Formats: sequence, structure tokens, C-alpha cells
Amino acid sequence: MTERVVVVGYGMVGHRFVEALRARDTEGRYEVTVLAEEARPAYDRVRLSSWFDGEPLELPAVDGVRTRLGEPALAIDPAARTVTTAAGEYGFDRLVLATGSYPFVPPVPGRDLMGCFVYRTVDDLEALSAYAEGRGTGVVVGGGLLGLEAAHALLRLGLTTQVVEFAPRLMPLQTDDAGGAMLRRHIEDLGLTVHTGRAAARVLGDDGARTVVFEDGGVVSTDVVVFAAGVRPRDELARAAGLTVGARGGVVVDDGCATSHPQVYAIGECAEIGGRVYGLVAPGYAMAEVLADRFVGGPATFTGGDTSTKLKLLGVDVASFGQTSGPLDVTYADPASRVYAKLVLSDDAGVLLGGVLVGDASAYPTLRACLGGPLPGPALALLASSAAPAGHGEGLPGAALVCTCNAVTKDTIVGAISDGCTDVAAVKACTRAGTTCGSCVPLLKSLLAESGVAMPKALCEHFDHSRRELFEIVRVRGIRTFSRLIAEHGRGRGCDICKPAVASILASQAGGYILDGEQATLQDTNDHFLANLQRDGTYSVVPRIPGGEITPDKLIAIGEVARDFGLYTKITGGQRIDLFGARVEQLPRIWRRLVDAGFESGHAYGKALRTVKSCVGSTWCRYGVQDSVGLAIALELRYRGLRAPHKVKAAVSGCARECAEARGKDFGVIATEAGWNLYVGGNGGFRPRHADLFASDLSTEDLIRYIDRFLMFYIRTADRLQRTASWIEAMEGGLDHLRAVIVDDSSGLAADLDAAMARHVGDYRDEWRATLEDPDRLRRFVSFVNVPDLPDPSISFATERDQPVPAPVSGRRLVPLGTP
Amino acid sequence: MTFPPPSPSGPPPLTDTWVAVCAYQRLEPERGVAALFDGAQVAVFRTHDGALFALDNRDPFSGACVLSRGIVGTRGDTPTVASPMHKQVFDLTTGRCLDDPAVAVRTYPVRCVDGIVQVATVGAR
Repeated sequence: MTERVVVVGYGMVGHRFVEALRARDTEGRYEVTVLAEEARPAYDRVRLSSWFDGEPLELPAVDGVRTRLGEPALAIDPAARTVTTAAGEYGFDRLVLATGSYPFVPPVPGRDLMGCFVYRTVDDLEALSAYAEGRGTGVVVGGGLLGLEAAHALLRLGLTTQVVEFAPRLMPLQTDDAGGAMLRRHIEDLGLTVHTGRAAARVLGDDGARTVVFEDGGVVSTDVVVFAAGVRPRDELARAAGLTVGARGGVVVDDGCATSHPQVYAIGECAEIGGRVYGLVAPGYAMAEVLADRFVGGPATFTGGDTSTKLKLLGVDVASFGQTSGPLDVTYADPASRVYAKLVLSDDAGVLLGGVLVGDASAYPTLRACLGGPLPGPALALLASSAAPAGHGEGLPGAALVCTCNAVTKDTIVGAISDGCTDVAAVKACTRAGTTCGSCVPLLKSLLAESGVAMPKALCEHFDHSRRELFEIVRVRGIRTFSRLIAEHGRGRGCDICKPAVASILASQAGGYILDGEQATLQDTNDHFLANLQRDGTYSVVPRIPGGEITPDKLIAIGEVARDFGLYTKITGGQRIDLFGARVEQLPRIWRRLVDAGFESGHAYGKALRTVKSCVGSTWCRYGVQDSVGLAIALELRYRGLRAPHKVKAAVSGCARECAEARGKDFGVIATEAGWNLYVGGNGGFRPRHADLFASDLSTEDLIRYIDRFLMFYIRTADRLQRTASWIEAMEGGLDHLRAVIVDDSSGLAADLDAAMARHVGDYRDEWRATLEDPDRLRRFVSFVNVPDLPDPSISFATERDQPVPAPVSGRRLVPLGTP
Repeated sequence: MTFPPPSPSGPPPLTDTWVAVCAYQRLEPERGVAALFDGAQVAVFRTHDGALFALDNRDPFSGACVLSRGIVGTRGDTPTVASPMHKQVFDLTTGRCLDDPAVAVRTYPVRCVDGIVQVATVGAR
């Protein structure tokens, strides 16, 4: 029997909880519903100011969870076991409160004036950003972690910014006086004005905030005020329901995260645990994991929250861990380079109790991991920035916490490496280390290097080279066959990894029919049969419909082919039509009909350009500003058949409303009044990512030139099965470097890339037609070599919603001849 | 032994002797073909050195008869085929799955006589 779990709140901690529960609840014991106040899916609040960089903050969606966005819980009734929202009532067997915090706004008169903001959600940022447009100055009330993040936001919005902190130093919770002073110098270097030891008393203004008055009588003029003076737990639902709450707020829970009511739990910033409310994500994650473990009968308890932090605030590294003062302090200060560091040691200097780092926090991962134990070297050597051992793992004890956000020890990471994780991505996926704030990634790298893991560039056991290196070898040496390549540069006879990769490289460089001679043996079954293998051994057929535009006659022709061959028909996400259930020996006859009707291969089977999707554009749409369909068709015809390290998807939208979802594509084009904006590096799939703006207001000519170079540079330098997004992410210099190569020709490659694309466009031939024209090529399309036209008797169909679908597996099994 | 002409009316009967698959020249190096004998689907492969191998065509992981369409290669010195469905790799000499030792497909004796490839469907291992 399943139990109903309702989670109230979908911030980082709520998200982590459902993720952890789904991972542990392998028996499907719980049915999970999440009620989210914000209308957007869970996102990474720690990196909120990255929103200005257009960085995707969204956390990965969790499968098997019912998520109700924009539907906050209004009341909970633990006795009746119900939660009420504006849309109705949800019954629960267990209720998890993960409501987080609200920003604390000091009770100063004028705080409700227009132009006064808080800083916690993406909505807050959007409102702030809209209001700040065209205005000149801003004041942030609060000089802690949140306040400096908010100041960063104002700076990004182009405002002259002042920071007001009541305490005598910036970041009073994380630094000491000397560290705070060094931080202040950094921030003043950036042109900000800092007021410490001063409190805002009121905000004045008629049609919006104009002046902030201090308690000491001083005034500053401003257009915008952001209150970022800390947060308070959101415990109002629990309070109204009669649950026990702490004296300073927070739903009181035990070390298993249970509240005073047996079916109600609380985690994260809304909970008071061990007499304390934590305003950081790491303790919240720890609570989420504890509770998920408890839900599946585990014994986990919360043993105290880690309050270490490492942040880049306004570009300045600040880190703090453990105690910030103690029996024996070792300090290092260099006013010239604006670096300050302090280690707090036990009185015999044998145990590291804490520390503060400002200006250079490269020693943080190592130091943090040594907390509670001996230092791995002389204190001063660890602190002086030039000598800072930027993430050395060797000296660390096994129990040292490397990733504090997710409580991952060095032992766990070393274990994962010896179990076969060979790169940072694998260690992250396996242990979760480095997946939250990322500050321990350098340490992960050094642990990988120290464990003797070779960098994973070898394609497979047959080649020690990466795809990129093989591409260069093939290019420079003019190699045209796999046999020569593997004889001269590899070993063995290849496999299902290197053969298709080399086939793609040869196709990119030599062009021509991909199934001639030895190349045919390299292709995966999809490319080998120019169709997509399905679960029952049949194939699907996708004719190209450029830009999704199709005449009624061609639409009818597809319908007739599907009807005559008994194919299951479905519209794809790429604006075309997929015909399923074709047997190998039927493929040429299906293509014949389609080719005669004016179609060609859609390359749905290849690691190649798939579609260029489009909205209807200015031809019909009232809002369209450019002919998006015309451009999409031109691009799709230009790049059709282009083999690449992975599939390539594209789209063109005719206006900023973006109906073609171009930012979810490897390259996306969005029309502007003045031309086209080009976006690169987006994808859907397992880890969706929005494409980044590459260039604005381009002419059609420039746009096509940039896309040509982008695609050819990708084909030339990406790794096997690397989509454009991770290719750009892994590129040294990232998007800036890409722009330099493509726009400024910084590498001198542009002419080569242009020539390669011109060759592709000139050499393109439809693979279906080329197959139909050659009896030799047609020979492989038989069901059985000894009975070429006999349909495979193991394939059979059932009918579902008036269409053929694969019969249940038992129906297509062969009669076994004996035990294997 | 004669090479039976393709018969659209039905597969040749299963016998306890060698049966013809196709002309040796019909096999592309490092690729497979499927043949049907009285309900049994056999995947026949020719490796780069000219050697022949025959396995059950049914991929035990997916249940689909597709092994003949996999990529032929090597793992160490072992000749292999990778299922085109989910890429599990099988040893062409023994039928054993190299990615899951608990799984194997049956193998068939295979030979070439007078340019004709033959398998023995009853002497299967």
C-alpha cells in the first residue's frame, strides 16, 4: 500500500528531499506531491546573482513526483491530515514542511515605498531589474552574505551602489575585524561605498524611495533600496496548526526532523533543530537526507550542521569555517594583494579549529577538510597565497569532509574512483560531491590525479586518442579508411564505440555515401539501414520536412505510404512525421514511394543535423518580425546530412515570444527588428539547458557564416557523443573563446571551417535516393539471406488506438531450441 | 551440398545435417547476415580475417532478433558483436555475453564448402 507524502515548499531543500526519497524508495512505497509557492521549478538560490548572466539555475526535475507549481499551501490540518491550497485539498499520510525563510525587513518607516525590494527569489530579481532600468543609484541594507550578493546584483544593473551594515564590519558572522576590513577594501576598489556601524532609520520619498536616513542623522540619496538584512524561518503554517515553534521562530524538530505532531516533519531553514535555525543550504541538505533515510526505515540522525562557507562575493573570494577565533590564531595579511587569512588552532597548535580567508580562498578545500585534525603542512605555507596548495588531497585523512555541501568524505571519493569513476563528472554523479557550490571541484581533480587515473581521453580500448585527436590525425594524414587508421594509430579491430565515431569523422572529412566499401561495416545499425531501430527489431522512417512546412499533397503522400505499409504514425517534437514498424526488407519500397513524392531522408537515424524547427513567422503571425519559416528551411537544407559528434537540433523563432523554443537547441535563432540573434549550446533531454546568446542583430549573411563555423568547429573539436552545450562548457575560455574563433578568427581557422562547410553543401546527396539507385547497395535490405523477402516471423503487431504497435514480448519470442 | 535458391514460399526445413546459408562472397567482412531455418534464426558473421561465426540471432536482453545487425569488432583478442539494441557485447566464439557473464546465446557450427557458407542447426552448442 502506498503512503501519500505531501511536501510543502520546493526550494533547494524540498527538491533535495524528493530527490533523495525517490532514490531510496525503490519499492514505490510513497506517492509524493510537492506544493510550490513559486511558479517556477526548483532552482539554485545560492547562485541567484548568476541569473544576470543568463545562467540556468534550474535544478534537475525529479521523476515520479507530482509537482504543483504556483500553488502554495494556505493551511495544514495535522489532525485531519489535509493541506489546503487555493485549488483544493490534499490528503497526506506524512507531511514535510520545507517552507524555507522569508527576508527580514527591519521595521523602518518607508520600507513599503515603491523602489524598496527584498532579495530572495528570481521574481524579486525580475522586479528589481525592471525597476532599476534607467535609474542611477541603489542602497543595500545589510552587509552580510546576502547583502553583498544583493550589492552585486545592483552593480550588475548599472547602479552606483552603497552598502549599509549595522555591525562594525562586513560579513560579521563569517569574518573577524581584520578580515572584514580587507573585504571592505576589495569592495571599495569596485567603486561601492560601504557604511559600517550605521543603521538605516527611515526611507523617504513621494513617488518612490528617494532618500535613506541613518539613525545618526546622515542621509544618502537613492533610487532603489534593497533590504538584505537576514532571513527568518517561515513557520506560519505550523504555528497556525498548533505545532511547537521555537522562541525565535522555526518549527521545532528532533534529530530525525520530526515535529511535535507524529505525521509532520520539517527540514531546512524553516526548522529549529538542536535549538538552532540554519540559514545555509548544507545543513538543509543534511536534514533532507536524514528524513529521506528515516522514511525508508533508516536510522539516520542530524548530528549538527556545517556552517562553513566559501563564496565569491562581488568577485572577491571569502571563506569561513569552524571557529573564527580561538586559543591560537595564525594570521597572514597582505594589503598589497588584498589577501587576508587566519587559522584558528588549538593551544598546542595540533588541531585546526577554524579559519577565515578573504581575497584568496584557494586553500579552503584543503583546510576545510582538515577541520578537527592536524594541518597537512606548516601554517604559514598554507596561508601565503603563492604557496597555497590549491586543493591537494594527499595529506588529507580519509574521514576528511571534501564536499561539505553534501557531506562527502575523501574515503567515499577515493572509493568511487577505485570503483571506476575516471573524471570529475563521474565522481559528481556517483557521490554528489561538487554538485552544489562547486568549491571542492579542484580537490576532486587532484584526488583523481593522485589516484593515478589517466585523463579519460582514450576513445576505447582500440585507440588511446580522443575523438578530437583522431579527427586531426585523419585530417593531417589524409587517412580515408578505418583499417589504415587502426593499423597505424590503434590496435585490434575496433568496437561499437570507435567504429561509428571514426565513420562520423570520415563522413565529415571525405563526404560521399556513408555505406560504401569498408565504411558500411563501421556504422551503427541506424546508419547502416538509414532508419531508426525500434524495440522489436523493426525500424522507423522519418522523411525530411524542412522547417516543418509541408504541402497538403505531400502530407497525403505520407499518409498513403503509412496506410499501404501498415505503419504506426506519430508527429515528432521536431515538426515532422515518424513512420514506425517498417521491416528491413520494406525500407527500400517505402523510400521509393517517399522519394517519388518529393521527399528525402530526414537523417533522424544519424548523429547529424536533425531538424530546424520554426514558428510560422512574419508571413502569417501578427507578432512576427522576420520570416522564420524561410530561414529555417534555408538552414535545414544547408546543413542536412551533416555528420557530427552527436545529434544537432536547431530552431528559428520569428519574434521574441520564441514559439519555436530556439533556446532549447544546439543553435537557435530569434528574430529581432534589426536582424537575428544567434544562441548556441542549448539542449533538452536529461539535463535541459538554455542556449547562450552568441551574437545580436546579425544580417542573414553573417548569421549563416557564424553557424557554418560554429558547426564545423564543433565537428572538428568535440568529443564523441558530446553535445554542443558540454563542448562549450569544457572549452577553455568558454563562450568568449568560441566568439573569438568564430567572429574574430583568433585561431586562423575561419577559412578552413568555411571551406569545409562549402564542401559539405556542395557534396550533399540524399542517402535514400543514392541507395535506391544502386542494386549493390540495395542487397543488404533483406530479412534473411536465404529467404530474402520472407517477413521476420518473430515480428508481430497488436492494435492500439487504431494503429499497429509491437505485440507483447511473449508474442514475438522464438521457440527456444535449448538452454544456451 | 547445393545452395538452395531463395524461396519466397517458406524457409527450408531444419535437418540434422549442414544447411546452406549463402555464398561466402555474399558476406561483407565485419558484418553479419540473418538466416532462417525452420523457425530458428541464425546470425552469421565474417570477421576481418575471413573467419566465420554463427550465433542465435535473438538478442536475449531485448528479445528482438537483431544480433546479425550489430557492429563486429574485438575485445582484447576475442572477436565480438555488439547488440545494436543496447550494445551488450557477445563473444563470437562462445556466445557468452562479455558484459553480463550470466547471459549467453547459443552458437552453431559453421563452415565454408565450395564457396558456400553452411551451418549445422542440430549440432548447436
